[in-house]
Amino acid sequence: MWIYEKKLQYPVRVGKCDVRMAKFLLEQYGGADGELAAALRYLNQRYTIPDKVIGLLNDIGTEEFAHLEMIATMIYKLTKDATPEQMKEAGLGDYYVSHDHALFYQNAAGVPFTASYIQAKGDPIADLYEDIAAEEKARATYQWLIDMTDDVDLQDGLKFLREREVIHSLRFREAVEIVKEDRETKKVF
Amino acid sequence: MTSKPQYDKQYYEMLENLQALDFALVELNLYLDTHPNDLKAIEQFNQLTRDRTILANEFQQCYGPLQNFGRAYSKFPWEWSKSPWPWQV
Repeated sequence: MWIYEKKLQYPVRVGKCDVRMAKFLLEQYGGADGELAAALRYLNQRYTIPDKVIGLLNDIGTEEFAHLEMIATMIYKLTKDATPEQMKEAGLGDYYVSHDHALFYQNAAGVPFTASYIQAKGDPIADLYEDIAAEEKARATYQWLIDMTDDVDLQDGLKFLREREVIHSLRFREAVEIVKEDRETKKVF
Repeated sequence: MTSKPQYDKQYYEMLENLQALDFALVELNLYLDTHPNDLKAIEQFNQLTRDRTILANEFQQCYGPLQNFGRAYSKFPWEWSKSPWPWQV
């Protein structure tokens, strides 16, 4: 069960209408290392991960949906007043004819979201290393996105999201140690 | 596309205070998921949870429910489905 909370995790402000930046941000919306993939990955893995780290996957997975909403808000605010001509100039002409101003789960290059972005191996070490890698890739993507804009308001939101990836990676690394320790304790008895 | 009502300065201040408290709570929550025996962190989590409950109640009195499905009361007419939504402010 989830309960929706009618607020963003962190304020999202944009300084100007920048359709090209919205196109780039789609990478974190429906891309391989994006927020949708992250949320679905962790919430799916939690069923078969050892009990000691279920809570962490549950809670980080839930936080990822808050991040997805922040990215969606950025894209929405950057494109809502754009004319078809502006969409076309920003490389979103193909997007516009299919979706108008609607959001669509695709990456920056237009590739639709796919379940193959989400690994589920059932082996806790393999799954947690996958999660650490996903967080590091998302962190790198946020850095490239920050580099692509001079809008300080937008950068502020993106920096928050970049820092969250750092924390999530750290917690997953701790989870690996918890799982290893748990295994060794079981061997002793 | 929906028209958005303009909120006052107090709305943004209260919202940001709530977001700040909630940020500390998310951080402590994830930390405690991997450090369940840190008593000081649990005490801090419980104190911030108390502060958060008070602030959320104040916010909801002024600006309507933050949560649905029976987690917050409604005035008349039904407040939950009223704009603005988070991406509109």
